[in-house]
Amino acid sequence: MSYLRKVLAIVWKDVRAELRTKDILSSMLVFAGLSVLIFQFAFDLRADNVRLVLPGVLWIAITFAGVLGLNRSFILEQDRGSLEGLLLAPVDRSAIYFGKLIGNLLFIFAVELLLLPLMTVLFNVWLLSPALLLVVALGTVGYAAVGTLFAALSINTRAREVMLPILLFPVMVPVFVAGVQAVSRLLDGDSLADIVRWIQLLVAYDAIFLAAAMLLFDYVVEE
Amino acid sequence: MITISKLIKAFGRRPVLRGIDLEVPAGQSVALFGPNGAGKTTLIRIIAGLSKLSSGQVLLGGQDAQKAGPALRRYIGFVSHSPLIYDSLTAEENLHFFGRMYETPDLPERINQVLEQVGLAGRRKDVVRTFSRGMIQRLAIGRAILHNPPILLLDEPDTGLDQQAADMLRKLLVELGSGDRTVLLTTHNLERGIEWADRALILNGGRVRFDAATGDLGGGHFRRIYTETVGGV
Amino acid sequence: MVTSKRTRGESKLWPLLLGVTAVLVAVGVYLAVLWAPTAVNLPTEAEQMAQRIFYFHVAAGWVGYVAFGVTAGAGILYLLKRQRRWDHVAVSSAEIGVLFTAANLVSGAVWARPTWGTWWSWDDPRLTLAAIVLLVYIAYLMLRNAIDEPERRARLASIYGIVGFLSVPLSFISVRIWRTIHPAVIGTGSETSQGGFDMSGDMVVVLLYAIFTFSLLYVVLLHYRLRLENLREQVDDLKTRALIEG
Repeated sequence: MSYLRKVLAIVWKDVRAELRTKDILSSMLVFAGLSVLIFQFAFDLRADNVRLVLPGVLWIAITFAGVLGLNRSFILEQDRGSLEGLLLAPVDRSAIYFGKLIGNLLFIFAVELLLLPLMTVLFNVWLLSPALLLVVALGTVGYAAVGTLFAALSINTRAREVMLPILLFPVMVPVFVAGVQAVSRLLDGDSLADIVRWIQLLVAYDAIFLAAAMLLFDYVVEE
Repeated sequence: MITISKLIKAFGRRPVLRGIDLEVPAGQSVALFGPNGAGKTTLIRIIAGLSKLSSGQVLLGGQDAQKAGPALRRYIGFVSHSPLIYDSLTAEENLHFFGRMYETPDLPERINQVLEQVGLAGRRKDVVRTFSRGMIQRLAIGRAILHNPPILLLDEPDTGLDQQAADMLRKLLVELGSGDRTVLLTTHNLERGIEWADRALILNGGRVRFDAATGDLGGGHFRRIYTETVGGV
Repeated sequence: MVTSKRTRGESKLWPLLLGVTAVLVAVGVYLAVLWAPTAVNLPTEAEQMAQRIFYFHVAAGWVGYVAFGVTAGAGILYLLKRQRRWDHVAVSSAEIGVLFTAANLVSGAVWARPTWGTWWSWDDPRLTLAAIVLLVYIAYLMLRNAIDEPERRARLASIYGIVGFLSVPLSFISVRIWRTIHPAVIGTGSETSQGGFDMSGDMVVVLLYAIFTFSLLYVVLLHYRLRLENLREQVDDLKTRALIEG
């Protein structure tokens, strides 16, 4: 229980700081909005092709905005050396991982909860069905699980924030493919039962990489 | 309280500590001197559990620091080069967060006490970003002593402080060093270090070169010893 | 693996193995291009000739995945044992893996041009997968390049090597569910596959021979790449020592 309390303390700390500065949320949100706008110009999204392109646009906006948030959450820790403050605390390192992960998830979810209604309005496609939200949530968990691990890893490199997308995107392919395909099928009128293979893939991805990241995070932060 | 034996630390194949043996009993205050690159920070970071050692042993209160679980970290309070606090939280929120991480009992009470002690009670609701260098340093010390650790490690706590802040720090250290608390600090200011500590160590080239009680090191005496030991300042 | 001191003792073995591998590769070219029977059910001569690339294509792909598996395994061993030789194995194997995977992609493209009428097809899951995997390991090499301190580089690269390799089967499943037109020569083929052909007994022989030869080539390359890494480390050590002793 004390483990869980410490995880929540880290989440509380990140949320508290974010509510004060709004650094992460505002940059992610503006960036997500901008990517939707750019895709609108690039593909001229209209009624006849919007269902084809929209799932990709959605996931690209989430992925790219997510990178900003993931990077930011660890750079803020490093600039004042506060990550070391966390490492000094009498708690298993995996608690730090889960604390940061949950914080990152909350921020990305918050952006998604604004992005989905916005895209629904702009493109007149209903993106708020429970099945679609489930797919987005499952994909986001896997994305943040790997992203939190790699963000902690890339702040230790010379290139820092530049490194994260390079490391993250190739490993994210299963989430991206499954996410885009599942959303497409849902927009085509399929039910959750029709896309069960994609759901299974997303669940498997989440489970495998949560477990791997939990085990490996220790090695990322040691010196 | 701290027992270090045959401690060696190498980064890759570059040795930084080449065999340190050191015994610090409970309640002693030790000042660690030495030129840049002597291995002072590395030694302190290993005791704090932030760096792995290459070989040898560090015992804290009789327990092997490298093998014991995270619970042993409760023994340590650490004031590092960086303040290890959060800019966008208030002084109180910072202490509240770290108090939760250390499971400090009676936390609100203890926070009041610590804020009084480091002279930040009046600024408790202010965001750290608005603090001066000296105030940040005092909050960093507050963070380190919040959970009442038996061992306090301070890595150059006086660097970048003006005279007034340094005086305050001295008073605070005297307060903290009284009783059973073991204090180990590094500094470049020889006079100040001698004044603070019961015992002086000079580290150079990864080895302990000098070790004596500070009582008979007054005046310019220690400066001469230091110069001879490290070969020119 | 092999330290430089032991290499001197075995100095006759490796050049010999290198020579043997060279001969086997030459024989392999003969077998694939001239000896192996023509794939009778392919319509055009261009497709029939292109099909002969298949032996190298499959063997190179195979070596690529084995090499990345070795990188992941060596990464686990490094994290557990903290011996730098495991990191040397990991980076050496990753570089060779990138080379062979690139060869696999290029040979695939050369084959696809006459067969599918295009150099590249995103409809093909294995081709797509090979491209993704190539990017994972290019990222792996870039990560190493962005860290100066050897211990940290070894530690963080090991982590990425493990996570990257874990993603390969999932990426495969994802592109597999997504699209399937790659000729599945062994096992169940998709009905929409273009360019599929039936393997005759002699073809299987040549394919197994190619896989064996390329695997041997991998072992030899890994040995020499490791030797290079060890020598490089010795040079670094000498430089550091010279710096310390002034």
